[in-house]
Amino acid sequence: MTEPLRRIPILLAALPLAACVTINIYFPAAAAEKAADKIIDEVWQLQQDGQKKVEPPAGGEKKP
Amino acid sequence: MNGLVRTVAALLASLWLAAFAWGQGNLEINTPAIAALRGAMQQRHGQLAPFYASGAVGVARDGTIQVRDANAVPLAQRQQVSGLVSAENNDRAALYREIARANGHPEWEADVRNTFAQRWTERAQSGWYVQNASGQWARKP
Repeated sequence: MTEPLRRIPILLAALPLAACVTINIYFPAAAAEKAADKIIDEVWQLQQDGQKKVEPPAGGEKKP
Repeated sequence: MNGLVRTVAALLASLWLAAFAWGQGNLEINTPAIAALRGAMQQRHGQLAPFYASGAVGVARDGTIQVRDANAVPLAQRQQVSGLVSAENNDRAALYREIARANGHPEWEADVRNTFAQRWTERAQSGWYVQNASGQWARKP
């Protein structure tokens, strides 16, 4: 086994590391928008699936 | 040796793909700090909603909310409104900071804020006031 061949795994190991750094340096705008929408839905109590918000029955106690 | 190289390469390729998918997919928003802020803001919204509707409070372009027309609020409630607005803005600032931090990039805070600012104004309900890019208030149709 020659020496250069032994280095291949090391080189390959460096690849995903470099890739991770490249990916995460840039702000993921689409993912941020998705996250924002999720939080806004929750804070403003909006429903995206077309369902009406379930209001608790006005007054009186609930009987199971 | 060739077999080993191939195995390692395959393993790394799948790792790379997973990292790529993760990087493109979602931001972490489920930390305890973020959950607490979300809960506090949701609770506060019940108190703020009438003031959005009356136009007393508007959705600002910088990811905050502002008292835009104090005259729309009865004198007795003005202090309460400004307290709500500043508490909300504190939570929002913390939220943007925490999201950036939870994702390992504190320097993303301004980007997170800008993204939220755009989504808050876009999703504001009909009748609410939102601030446009030049700082003018406009009522959502």
